[in-house]
Amino acid sequence: MSPAGDSVCSPIPSRALDVERIREDFPALRQQVNGRPLVYLDNAATTQKPRPVLDALRRFYEEDCSNVHRGVHTLSQRATEAYERARELVRRFLNARSEEEIIFVRGTTEAINLVAHSFGRQRVRAGDEILISAMEHHSNIVPWQILCEETGARLRVAPINEEGELLLEEFERLLSARTRLVAITHLSNALGTIVPVREIVRLAHERGIPVLLDGAQAVAHLRVDVQELDCDFYAFSGHKLYGPTGIGVLYGKAEWLEAMPPYQGGGDMISSVTFEKTIYNRLPYKFEAGTPHIAGAIGLGAAIEYVTALGLEAIAAHERDLLAYATEAISGIPGLRLIGTAREKASILSFTLEGVHPHDIGTILDQEGIAIRAGHHCAQPVMERFGVPATARVSFALYNTRAEVDALVRALEKVREVFG
Amino acid sequence: MTDLRDLYQEVLLDHSKRPRNFGVLDDADHTAVGHNPLCGDKVVIYLRMEGDRIAEIRFQGQGCAVSQASASMMTESVKGKTRAEAEALFERFHELLTGKEPDAAEAPELGKLTIFAGVRKYPVRVKCATLAWHTLRAALEQKTETVSTE
Repeated sequence: MSPAGDSVCSPIPSRALDVERIREDFPALRQQVNGRPLVYLDNAATTQKPRPVLDALRRFYEEDCSNVHRGVHTLSQRATEAYERARELVRRFLNARSEEEIIFVRGTTEAINLVAHSFGRQRVRAGDEILISAMEHHSNIVPWQILCEETGARLRVAPINEEGELLLEEFERLLSARTRLVAITHLSNALGTIVPVREIVRLAHERGIPVLLDGAQAVAHLRVDVQELDCDFYAFSGHKLYGPTGIGVLYGKAEWLEAMPPYQGGGDMISSVTFEKTIYNRLPYKFEAGTPHIAGAIGLGAAIEYVTALGLEAIAAHERDLLAYATEAISGIPGLRLIGTAREKASILSFTLEGVHPHDIGTILDQEGIAIRAGHHCAQPVMERFGVPATARVSFALYNTRAEVDALVRALEKVREVFG
Repeated sequence: MTDLRDLYQEVLLDHSKRPRNFGVLDDADHTAVGHNPLCGDKVVIYLRMEGDRIAEIRFQGQGCAVSQASASMMTESVKGKTRAEAEALFERFHELLTGKEPDAAEAPELGKLTIFAGVRKYPVRVKCATLAWHTLRAALEQKTETVSTE
């Protein structure tokens, strides 16, 4: 029924992270699912939220709830301060030069759409090209397809190899005088591949081409320094970084953002309106029309403080250990095929099990209290590249343990038992 | 584990591994395609009608065990039935899955199909079990657009 070592829990790596204590910060982890302790391994979809984030949300709604940038009253000032403090926390987190470069949006998807609409409509013409990679999430494919359809531009796709690594020479070959933008993931959500984005930015910049990085998966696992990366845009979501859903960030270099037209019109993004002429507000407000997700931004700020206090290096080291441990453990399961075996990987294990559809794996694991993702992970072209309709995906966060990996392996053995 | 065996019964696993009536029906006069793009389940139903009766039925497909076993067992259940009989069976099958009719599991006409009562506890999997049936209905009605239960 269970492999040897069932009762002998593997030692939890004693790095800087005290995972058992950290787990107490996450109320959602303290529950049973189908009579078993929850083993949450769907962190690439969204992460659970630590107490300080939940407290920040409640504090805002209980004590400071008010609109920002308008009222002269005390609550509005407190709300504005908290909202702008969150922006400063994001700036520091990404090491952006200025708070002007931090735009709050709904999430990575909206951030990319913002660039596609504003930058794209202004600068992309018929015959131009946008270059992406073969391992993009749909959110970094479809906005560019829409733009191409509207403008007559062409979407080019840099291929990947059998391991799920970007073919850099092919990528470089696809950069041309017609390329207006490179839009590429920092960390693949379906494969776990860490993309060599510094090299990509260098190659693109040599030809004067700006680069947008999709950091949805990366920010929770890799330290991101936008000045060091020298990328032109960086997009990420709060909810994959232990923050609330519905809040995300677009970082953009000020010189681009200054030159770009607004994305949406409305309140907050203007400095004066008459029926003859409207003057747009300064950065970053030019891109924040309407009342923003104030509580979300504050919650994201709390999440950033939380992970920063633990240390991204320590988190990365812990997750590296888990990924290596899990890769070895599940590789021994007969019929298991890993999808995505790049040399540089983080936090994600995608796989198929011979004779068992990923959805059946997902259902059986759920009966064991284990949450994973089964499907195409909003990356259908990746599935096609590897010739599979779907995969099962395990994704780690800072609060996962080796004991949870052991539970996963036991549950996968059970899947094999059921399907004989 | 008991719960799991409610869903993944031997009959279901057997049909998913060794689907019956699997393949193209060369002289089919009715076909329809069912596809759930989110989860990737796919079923193609081929029928040869004799008057109002399903004389021959075959299917092709790929997907999870529930969707493929359901398609396989459906072909066995409806072969030789009239349109009205097949439609009535689908009604009972649907009641069985959605639990609206508590006695549905007792319905003798369902036969082996009662094993799908286990799906009731897994609401997200109902769409897997019903895809083949909706596709059959589309084939009978000679609808050309792809069917989805998502």
